[in-house]
Amino acid sequence: MAKVTVDGIEVEVPNGASVLQAAELAGKEIPRFCYHDRLSVAGNCRMCLVEVEKSPKPVASCAFPVADGMVVKTDSPMVRQARRGVMEFLLINHPLDCPICDQGGECDLQDQSMGYGMDHSRYRENKRAVRDKNLGPLVKTVMTRCIQCTRCVRFASEIAGVPELGATARGENMEIGTYVERALSSELSGNLIDICPVGALTSKPYAFIARSWELKKTDSIDVFDAVGCNIRIDARGPEVLRILPRLNEDVNEEWLGDKSRFAVDGLKRRRLDRPWVRKDGKLVPASWREAFTAIADQVTARDPARIGAIAGDLCDAESMLALKDLMAALGSPNLDCRQDGARLDATRRDFYVFNTTIAGIEDADAILIIGANPRREAPVLNARIRKRWLAGEIGIAAIGTPAELTYPVEWLGNSPQILAELRRGDLPFAKMLREAKRPMIILGQGALRRADGSSVLVAAWALAAECGALSADWHGFNVLHNAAARVGALDLGFLPGAGGKDVTGMMQGGADLLWLLAADEIDMAQIGADTFVVYQGHHGDRGAARADVILPGAAYTEKSGTYVNTEGRVQRGEFAIFPPGEAREDWRILRAFAEVLGHRLPYDDLTALRQRLAAVAPVFGRIDDLPRRGAVDLTPPVGDPEALGTEPFVPAVMNYYQTDPISRASPTMAACTATYYPSIAEAAE
Amino acid sequence: MTDPATKSPHPGAEPESFVFDPESDAVIDKILKKYPPHRQASAVLPLLDLAQRQMKRQTGSAWVPRVAMDAIAARLGMPPIRVYEVATFYFMFNTRPVGKWHLQVCTTTPCWLRGSDAVVETCKRVTGIRHFGETSADGLFTMNEVECLGACVNAPILQVDDDFYEDMDAATTEKLLDALRRDAPPPPGSMIGRQASAPEGGPITLTTLDFAAGSAPQGGE
Repeated sequence: MAKVTVDGIEVEVPNGASVLQAAELAGKEIPRFCYHDRLSVAGNCRMCLVEVEKSPKPVASCAFPVADGMVVKTDSPMVRQARRGVMEFLLINHPLDCPICDQGGECDLQDQSMGYGMDHSRYRENKRAVRDKNLGPLVKTVMTRCIQCTRCVRFASEIAGVPELGATARGENMEIGTYVERALSSELSGNLIDICPVGALTSKPYAFIARSWELKKTDSIDVFDAVGCNIRIDARGPEVLRILPRLNEDVNEEWLGDKSRFAVDGLKRRRLDRPWVRKDGKLVPASWREAFTAIADQVTARDPARIGAIAGDLCDAESMLALKDLMAALGSPNLDCRQDGARLDATRRDFYVFNTTIAGIEDADAILIIGANPRREAPVLNARIRKRWLAGEIGIAAIGTPAELTYPVEWLGNSPQILAELRRGDLPFAKMLREAKRPMIILGQGALRRADGSSVLVAAWALAAECGALSADWHGFNVLHNAAARVGALDLGFLPGAGGKDVTGMMQGGADLLWLLAADEIDMAQIGADTFVVYQGHHGDRGAARADVILPGAAYTEKSGTYVNTEGRVQRGEFAIFPPGEAREDWRILRAFAEVLGHRLPYDDLTALRQRLAAVAPVFGRIDDLPRRGAVDLTPPVGDPEALGTEPFVPAVMNYYQTDPISRASPTMAACTATYYPSIAEAAE
Repeated sequence: MTDPATKSPHPGAEPESFVFDPESDAVIDKILKKYPPHRQASAVLPLLDLAQRQMKRQTGSAWVPRVAMDAIAARLGMPPIRVYEVATFYFMFNTRPVGKWHLQVCTTTPCWLRGSDAVVETCKRVTGIRHFGETSADGLFTMNEVECLGACVNAPILQVDDDFYEDMDAATTEKLLDALRRDAPPPPGSMIGRQASAPEGGPITLTTLDFAAGSAPQGGE
């Protein structure tokens, strides 16, 4: 530890820390452009200059290591003069186009020029102009504004793991780009917009849409994958205009996947804004009363044992509980949330969550990925695995279809039989797994949604137990979910009751009345022709097309909802805007419909509903409180670990950009599909 | 994920592919041995130079196309962009095709004071090149302006490919260009016949000593 005095405040910092870190510890803000806590230190913008006693010149605090007894001044005349000089140089080539720049109002350069900029320019030459680059359909470039901090270059190669950006040429001709003018092949490219301190990299879909000060900001939770990234919804009037990540060190740090960020334009398209009832084979607009009556007529005419409910991937826990309570009131045991038919064992929580936790990945020393492509299924979680790999001394292997995951992976093959081989110790990686102190096994949905899924689950658990991944202080068994609603639904027990049917059982005429709560990922052709389908959701997607009655619900931005991420972390998103037209919050719709049938659900407001939620599953009472846990009970899940099939694992997500009704309605995501998966885009046409 | 279509920075000129020929390969093996495994990226500069020389051998134009940079990246196990960065940083690598003879005129202060303007003007007049970076219509010459070549004693300097032609003026430049056009480059060095960087017209100091007779001053006396 070194004692450093910053502006008269004495702080103690670890050896090797930078002067900037010491100053931050002392509560002194240092202006910076190139320095970013999560990236390597470049030291090229020179904005963070400070005065260090006995040093003849100001030093760049971000790159200058502390020494014991150092005396630092962050606000002396020399410092201010030096920073003014740096700012003048930065502004020499920076255009004065703030009025037409999308970064305006949230621009580091703009803010800091208030503090250190001159009131006029002494520069009489021509400013340099740089040709704009093409980085794909998400990131807009205005390269003349670039101050060459190289944050984007470092982000792409360090965090995103796609070393495609670079600084070509030199001196005044230096330019940031890919040199070959190709779209950046990262699912995290939107974060470039956030880390760019100026307006060089801005959002392409959001270009010239709004100013940051016009937006109403609401904290929420992302639902496009099961990571549960913390987000901020920026809305103006009735529209969500953009989504930005919010800091949560345990979940997403400060990153966000491109789908989560850019699929917002899907929220304005193909929306269900009024109830519809099918009459003579055609859907016609209806009032809420008509829609409720149409369903009530059907419900009362049917045998409760032949009524079923399926919860979708984007649902909040509140609406799923209301649907579960409604089904219970009707006397139907037919509930399921596993649209993909994944063989999950919900008897114990650690059988279906990501027990190691996302932050825990950083402590692992061997990782085995089974039937998952974390890059496509959970890009932010994948970035955490890459972060772990960058730290060194780790072996990562995978069973599944080989893919580029942004870190080196030993592909063991693509067959469940590899699991058996690993358990027998036939493969070199088995030795590594056994010798590891904190091994991790990540089981993807691609490995579970198959006939031998429960065998794979048990075999993976057995392997985890045998390689020492299950101990009192380390739980290395992890299930990676793809659906934001899934863990919450499993926690609630949104599963077939005694004698109840699962999704497959409800297909092919297995149910007379099917209530789809935003469930669009099942094969609608499998639903029996005579089945009466109620679709409650927010988008006119597959489910609505098959429905006999459509009840317009609210998207995740339009309701206050509780979501449980793949770790089992309970998080709450807040209401940002009103649902369109006559659409309503989903739990209210269910509560109102139950009343029509004469069943009064025991909650009148969200508070009461949440109390009931916590009563059904106590985890819902602990918002964002997820203690790291070890494995206490080693009893394996139900299943035969020897009954593994030979069929190769099929990836659960083929196209990262279009996985749900919102992203399928989004033109930006369609453009991404066309750019990054041209074959899928062609097949869709 | 399929690779999004990549564009060449210089469409048209860019060859379809680039493979190191056996002559280059032999040198590469020697170069790579100098660096430990996992540090092979250190060889990027010599490999870029090799690629440029091979292009000169094969096409008559000493430049590094993008496909060659990609080949180097693959060979050294580094991301292609890191090779592009290096190749575009150094002036000595031509990232676009150049003429058969690459005229590199030094215009830094000493050369400029000693008449580099005349050299530049003569090059322009004789080859028809209008500005730096241009290639003559016949494809024989490309002229570039370079910073100090480190031979200021013999300023001004005109570097042709690897060779320094020193003490240039308009007349010698014209003669040199004519010789190059005939494919008969004169021996490099001073154009006014001085030995290395000795004073013009022969030595002016230490003239009384007869080195051959062994009377050179002994150290320490």
